[in-house]
Amino acid sequence: MPTRQTQPKAIALISGGLDSLLAARVVKEQGVHVEGINYFTGFCVEGHTHAIRNRDRTRHKRNNALWSAEQLGIQLHIVDVIDAYKDVVINPKHGYGANLNPCLDCKSFMVTRAREWIEDNGFDFIVTGEVLGQRPMSQRRDTLPVIANESGAEDRLLRPLCAQLLAPTLPERMGWVDREQLYAFNGRSRKPQMALAEQFGIKEYAQPAGGCCFLTDATYATKLRDLWASRGEKRYELDDIMLLKVGRHLRPRPHLKVIVARDAGETQYLRGYRKSYAHLIMTSHNGPMTLLEGELHDGDAELAARIAARFGQGRAASDVQFDFVTAAGVARSLAVVPFKPEDIAPEWYV
Amino acid sequence: MVCVSAYTLDAKQLLCPLPVIRTQDRVATLKIGDVLTVYCTDPGALSDIPTWCRLHGHTMLSTKEDVDGVIELVLKVGSPIYNAQN
Repeated sequence: MPTRQTQPKAIALISGGLDSLLAARVVKEQGVHVEGINYFTGFCVEGHTHAIRNRDRTRHKRNNALWSAEQLGIQLHIVDVIDAYKDVVINPKHGYGANLNPCLDCKSFMVTRAREWIEDNGFDFIVTGEVLGQRPMSQRRDTLPVIANESGAEDRLLRPLCAQLLAPTLPERMGWVDREQLYAFNGRSRKPQMALAEQFGIKEYAQPAGGCCFLTDATYATKLRDLWASRGEKRYELDDIMLLKVGRHLRPRPHLKVIVARDAGETQYLRGYRKSYAHLIMTSHNGPMTLLEGELHDGDAELAARIAARFGQGRAASDVQFDFVTAAGVARSLAVVPFKPEDIAPEWYV
Repeated sequence: MVCVSAYTLDAKQLLCPLPVIRTQDRVATLKIGDVLTVYCTDPGALSDIPTWCRLHGHTMLSTKEDVDGVIELVLKVGSPIYNAQN
């Protein structure tokens, strides 16, 4: 057990939202050396669509976790856990929430990684912004201990915002933090957090309201389920899950998905995938970059081109010309009659 | 002052926070005083990489964006910040 002749050290899980910002601040106020850690799973909502789409390119962009760290005056370690996280998404021991969100497994995973980090770096304990009763899956009285136990963090896991409602943890028992200066927040109301933010003089903060992860989003989850169904197994790579955030996704045939850019910004982004995906470039008119995903059969390129033509400036033309390039880089020209809106079956849209 | 960058990092096409993560990982392999030029396309990098540098004691020397949307950020590796009061 660490003796306390030096300043205690904690790592705080920083999501970029208000709760983790407050939790870190509460502990830092008590004289603890705090550093932040943020895990990038690939599903984090980081304004990717804003970064890509034309209409959003002028909006101010920032990484909220970095912004939080700057408000706190602490270092932030951002860790790529994309590969390790796949097992959490694909095989969640505790199942999914309303969509494909494996919240309990996710929190256990992150606290496990944080526990490993403090052991490797000589830190004393872990801080999270969890609030009892705030989340239906991962922040219940019966699931908070699951996270502490499964992660191996046990009583080195401090939840400053609701600590007074829980058994005293190691940092409290050791006197590294004063339990009386921790909090007893409970439930879904955000008012106590907003009041505490005001007390700290924090005027601006992100309000993800549970929306910090694309896996909680019903539309996104539908696209991910479709991806897995088309592959016959739950499997993904980073490019797959990034592409699910971009463009119109249509599946006109079970083996074929067509991704059509919605504007010039998305066209520019999808262009970056032209060496790994079969694609269509409209040559006779201005039009969207289009990717084709799947093992292509006869007629697939023409079908995808008719869909893509519907969304280009030649939608009313008698024919629209494209360069079709396979994933192997073999190119040919083709001309098609654009689909009319009613030709595109609603069920094609993923 | 013209800086000759000894190291470059291509983070084009990567979306936030991957350009920061790749920068962070690359800086970890460099020495104090080394200069790293990072190329990105995510406009978020224009605020995120300078923020990360401020938090970790590195110096941004310049940032610019060309007409194709490619962002160039030049940073100088500084001393690791550690502010624990031992």
